Amino acid sequence: MSDEVLTAPQPESAQPAVIEPGHTFASVTDKISSIVLGGRPPLGWFVGFGIAFLLLMGLLFTIANLLFVGVGIWGINVPVGWGFDIINFVWWIGIGHAGTLISAILLLLRQTWRTSINRFAEAMTLFAVACAGLYPIMHMGRPWLAYWLFPYPNTMGIWPQFRSPLVWDVFAVSTYGTVSLLFWFVGLIPDLATLRDRSRNIVSQKIYGILAMGWRGSAQHWHRYETAYNLLAALSTPLVISVHTIVSFDFAVGLIPGWHATIFPPYFVAGAIYAGFAMVLTLAIPIRAIYGLEGFITMRHLQNMAKVMLATGLLVAYGYMMETFTAWYSGNQYEKFMIWNRMTGPYAKMYWALIFCNVICPQLLWSSRIRNHIPSLFGISIIVSIGMWLERFIIIVTSLHRDFLPSSWGMYHGTKFDWTMFLGTIGLFFTLLFLFVRVLPMISIFEMRTLLPEAEVREEEA
Amino acid sequence: MKQPSVYGLMAEFESSSDLMNAARKSYEEGYRKMDAYSPFPIEELSEAIGFHHTKLPMIVLIGGIVGCLGGFFLQYWVSVIDYPINIGGRPFNSWPSFIPVTFETTVLVAALSAVLGMLGLNGLPTPYHPVFNVKRFALATRDRFFLCIESRDPKFELDGTRRFLETLTPREVSEVEP
Repeated sequence: MSDEVLTAPQPESAQPAVIEPGHTFASVTDKISSIVLGGRPPLGWFVGFGIAFLLLMGLLFTIANLLFVGVGIWGINVPVGWGFDIINFVWWIGIGHAGTLISAILLLLRQTWRTSINRFAEAMTLFAVACAGLYPIMHMGRPWLAYWLFPYPNTMGIWPQFRSPLVWDVFAVSTYGTVSLLFWFVGLIPDLATLRDRSRNIVSQKIYGILAMGWRGSAQHWHRYETAYNLLAALSTPLVISVHTIVSFDFAVGLIPGWHATIFPPYFVAGAIYAGFAMVLTLAIPIRAIYGLEGFITMRHLQNMAKVMLATGLLVAYGYMMETFTAWYSGNQYEKFMIWNRMTGPYAKMYWALIFCNVICPQLLWSSRIRNHIPSLFGISIIVSIGMWLERFIIIVTSLHRDFLPSSWGMYHGTKFDWTMFLGTIGLFFTLLFLFVRVLPMISIFEMRTLLPEAEVREEEA
Repeated sequence: MKQPSVYGLMAEFESSSDLMNAARKSYEEGYRKMDAYSPFPIEELSEAIGFHHTKLPMIVLIGGIVGCLGGFFLQYWVSVIDYPINIGGRPFNSWPSFIPVTFETTVLVAALSAVLGMLGLNGLPTPYHPVFNVKRFALATRDRFFLCIESRDPKFELDGTRRFLETLTPREVSEVEP
């Protein structure tokens, strides 16, 4: 054995490490599993969970009211028939996309730094998709008939209309939810086995034991496991791009000025990744502080995520620019009016707030001082999340509220139930996230082990 | 072969390198029915114990093709045969509009076959497995590495195999109850 393999592989240049030096298989395992098995969670968990749970109750109240009264409790009406429901649907779906990007695309690109953030980014995807899915279902008016969306033989003798992007959306979102769940669960199996073996409590041993399905870390199993995991990543990569592309088709296939644009698919995908990374940062920064995970989620992760945000933010800015340019260059009076109305009309304040949040503010990330300053990163990530919400508001509301004929013009504002529903889904998201952090390992333990220098197999001279 | 009063013999190792060496040597020695256990995937370990191919990629490919054809012909059958309806003058078989759903069903069935295929080929869920009878095997999901030579191996012999495993400098060798 030579000396150079004995020393830990140092990242070139002065970049911070992906994992703090000094960790061993045992310490990584114990540190991450103790968050779940170690008894009482920290005080911050109770406070956070309590707030999230209160908001969730608001959601239940809103939904009960909605089922009782109807969608009239929302602000939607002619001409703005798509309001908060679709804005929030697109916002949540977009947030989910970063989870898949981190877990699938960065896995295929062999970006090992993804390891300590992929698990909770995937959980974030699942919970965001759950929040997103609620909106179109509740928007139906009679959500108990939601299964009509799927093609199944029925006594009415009718079938879904497969030429409609709204039906594509059903398939895209349900496939995305299913595949994300599978990917997440497959990633969890070896860690569930770790929890089964580490737990000292008979009930949790049984539960983790059933979920781990008898995983024992056999070399043959690992071999098939890795094959399956890589194939799932390869399948999820085009899937995630297709999902937001299809979401953008909901708009782009329509004839409304402001929606009918070929730039929409790439621009939506970039926006989704942008919003998603902002949300991952928003979650990662408090979690690493509360649970003392600075050794696993290092500055390297935060910096890399900031760089991805900057890059996708520039793509999104390009999208805004091209939207404006196309409206002018097309010479189409309705397109020109739409852009002019966005910039100077009744919603101009929101448009310029969007430009500030999504285009101007993230330019701060060019500076490495800002990328190393955690409070600034946290602030920028929240501003970007707000900006991406405003983007969807602007796309949907300003395109609809000025119809072709001035007699059909109107204004749109969210009602108090729109807001309780929105805050309620935020509550649902964080409730699920807090429960996840409590009962499942939020960092992939087995993948962290592979990052350690001792994981390297030293070949013995034959 | 002696009567299978044990499932096999299990040797515990402290590092992945030791396990790798032990696996290679056991294979050279002629043992075939064995398995290595590690807390994380180790490349080439499965090859060292003589396991080369998995049918999984083929299963996923077939799943993808089934999903693709199934998805497309579902839409074709619905829109052309069972419920033809004129939408904006488009042809009944508007195949370009059918591509997004076809793509989604392809990915869905392929992903389901990847997961179910992996679980099926691995024989999971396994409600009972003898290796868990070794107390220290709980560490296989933490920081220890195990090699188990099974008694159904034609070359297996309780004393001889134990002596052989001792030469591989394990931390300890224990019998696995069936």
